[in-house]
This record gives sequence, C-alpha cells and structure tokens, in this order.
Amino acid sequence: MQYVNEFRDPEKAQVLIREIQGLTEELGATSESPIRIMEVCGGHTHTIFKFGLEQLLPDSIELIHGPGCPVCVLPMGRVDDCVALAEREEVILTTFGDAMRVPGSRKSLLQAKADGADVRMVYSPTDALKLAQQNPEREVVFFGLGFETTMPSTALTVLQAALEGISNFSLLCTHITIPQTLQALLDTPDLRIDAFIGPGHVSMVIGTEAYGFIAAQYGKPLVVSGFEPLDVLQSVWMILRQMQSGRCEVENQYRRVVPDSGNPAAQNAVAQVFELREFCEWRGLGSIAQSGVQIRKEYAAFDAEHKFRVAPQQVADPKECQCGEVLQGRIKPPQCRVFGTACTPQTPLGALMVSSEGACAAYYNYGIGRHPEPQAA
Amino acid sequence: MCLGIPGQVVEVTDAEKRIALVDVGGIKRPINLACVVESPEAMSEAPGMWVLVHVGFAMSRINEEEAHKTLELLQELGELQEEMRNAAAQVA
Repeated sequence: MQYVNEFRDPEKAQVLIREIQGLTEELGATSESPIRIMEVCGGHTHTIFKFGLEQLLPDSIELIHGPGCPVCVLPMGRVDDCVALAEREEVILTTFGDAMRVPGSRKSLLQAKADGADVRMVYSPTDALKLAQQNPEREVVFFGLGFETTMPSTALTVLQAALEGISNFSLLCTHITIPQTLQALLDTPDLRIDAFIGPGHVSMVIGTEAYGFIAAQYGKPLVVSGFEPLDVLQSVWMILRQMQSGRCEVENQYRRVVPDSGNPAAQNAVAQVFELREFCEWRGLGSIAQSGVQIRKEYAAFDAEHKFRVAPQQVADPKECQCGEVLQGRIKPPQCRVFGTACTPQTPLGALMVSSEGACAAYYNYGIGRHPEPQAA
Repeated sequence: MCLGIPGQVVEVTDAEKRIALVDVGGIKRPINLACVVESPEAMSEAPGMWVLVHVGFAMSRINEEEAHKTLELLQELGELQEEMRNAAAQVA
C-alpha cells in the first residue's frame, strides 16, 4: 500500500536504531537512568507493540504509553448514559466499534444489545445520519467520542442534519481535547517524562502550534509523528537530536500529512458546532478543566444531552483498577493488581484493557508481562 | 481510534456534497472531501488525489514531496553510516 509499506523498510529502521544508540550513549542515558519518552496517542502505542519497537530500541530509552486512546479514558458514567439511551424504546443508538465493549457500571453497549436494545455499530457518523433518514419514526443517537481527529466528522454531520432538517438525529458528544489534557498531565507532581511523541492525526486537524507551551513553558521537546515504524523511530531520533544540541522545540516528523497550521476547513466546522466544556471527566485521570467540547446552543436540537435531558453523572472507577497510575506512567500495566487476572481483554475491568490501543491490552496481547512482576511496596 | 488510512480518489459521485469514491487499501468507499477540497467546482480536480481517510472523511491531502523528503533523509543517513563504517575499517 502506497505511503505505508515504504515507511516499514527494515533496513532504514536499522539505520535509525544505530543513530539512536549512538545518541543515547552520547547523552549518558542508561537502563537505570533512561530517557523517558511518552507517546501520547494510542495509535503509536499500537505501532510500538505491533512492530516490537521497544525490543529494538536500547534499554536506555523508556517509552511511557500516554492517555491518547479515547476509549481508554471514557468514564463509566458516560457508558451508563449511552446504555440508558439505548434502552429507550424509540432510540437506535449508533457508535464506533471501539466503544461497544467498554464496561459501564451496569453493562457495556454490547451487553445492552444482547439484552435487546437497538445498538448499531457504524463506520462513520454519516452512516448514523443515513439511518435516521431511513427510520423517520425512530430517534437515531450517534455516540460521538474521540479527540480532535474525529471532531470535524461529527461537526460536519450535525451541519448536514441541520441543512437537511433531519430532526430525528442527535449527537451525544464526548469529544475530548489533547493540549489541555497534556497540560493537566504536565502539572501532575513528580511526573518523570523527558519528551513527547505528539499525536499525528490530531495534529493534522489542529496543527503543531497548539503544543508550543509544552516546549516553551514545561521545557519538554515534542515531535509530531506518523504511525508507521519508521515514523516513530525517526521521531525518537529527532527528540534525542534536540537533547544533544540543547534545543527544546515542537518539531514535525509527519510533514506528508500534517501542515503546521492544521486543516482550516476542519477547524471552522468544529468551531461552528462545538464550544469548550467547563469540565470533562476522564477515566483514571478525573476531571480536567476545558478538556472537552459540547454542542453550541444554536445546534441544541441535535444535542442528545439536551433532547433526552441526560444529566451529567460521576461513577467511580472500580477500586481495584489502577488505570490512572498506568496512564500517568507511574506503573507499567503488569504491575496493576488485576492485570491478567480479574482484568483481561475478554473480560475487561478497566478501559485500558478494552481497546487494542490501550497499554494494558497491548501488553497482554503481545505477551509482555504475562507473569506480573512483584509489585513494589 | 484516531486511525487514518491513505486512499486515492477514484471518481466524484456527488460534487455538490463533495463526496467521491476513494480506494482505501483496495476497497472503494464513498468519502466526504469537504475538508480537503475547497468548493464543489474544485471537485473535478479530485480524482487521483491521495488523501488520509478517517471515519468516512478525508482529513488531509497527502503531500507527496514531503513523503519523498522523509525517505530521502533516511536514505542519506544510511549512506553516511556506511561511509563512516568504511572509513573506520580503513583506519583499523
């Protein structure tokens, strides 16, 4: 496949690995005192595990798997909202496949479907709009989740519904934003992260300037990266080069897809339909100010929260789960007390075990830490 | 979740709504190009264009020149390593 295979070339990967090895030695990093790089996006976590990049990199580099998997940070209360909506007689609840298996406090959407609720998986929000047109006697709710990457698609779908006057379509909006979340993470006391691999597809929408504060105020280099193995390795190399030359900047490795200013048409659609939410609830991380969006009043007719009077609710995560600590890079997945025992990809307790982009599912599926290491006291 | 897959525009199916068939890894799907093509009139230039597809929407036009530059840089880095290895071998 064009623009994919050429970025998986093993020979070029070896070249990068050799450069990285040289630089980590030069920087004096060791396995006891590694350079800690967080890949923010779950897509990168997936690439890192799928291609075994951690095994290729020297052990003087530690990769911390960040919070950038919208399914993994979906709070239980929101799943409960979806289940409650799906159980209404008139509602067809639609969403992306990833959201179906996330546990709620009562059940997941998949369990609700098995129990008779009309839940349907769609590829695109426009498929949900089509369903609304085909079923004028029903209420079609699209559960829209995801970061800035996905926001333009739901915004444009709401605009299309408004234009065509499709009144039986609404959006349950659970979109969240990356820069505010990174800021909250960076404000966490004793967070030990030296640099970031920035999310490529969020950046193709918002551009690279939004991360300026991470380099300028927090002194951490950030490199926006593509999703093939060469992209991720090149980004690690670019971070190390910054460290070696004493620079601290936002750089763009993924120029073939990410213009520095992002996508203005997509930004316009998002600004037209959404506004910042005062607070947004994250699984494992708690409430983060302005880390999500809600639908503007002008489009309240297409806002499921407004239409069905969905009241915000907070449901505590299961006590035994340590998702938050994993998301902040404090512990590795196998160190969680329920990893691989009470919590597995077949019966996930925590959301990090649900999605293939979640750090715990990745550790489990790729056989790393099947035998949990003894936990530090 | 933020998965994006490269695809090539095959043919325009609805210029007004800016929808075209896009070949994504051998499967042709109707994709909304509103974020990468300025106007319905400009849709005539879309066939052949490479785009990055996310949940039924093209979110970026792939820049062929930049893709080439990235690969070229890695090629040069490899050649440089080779030269240094050869030089080191000669000294030894």
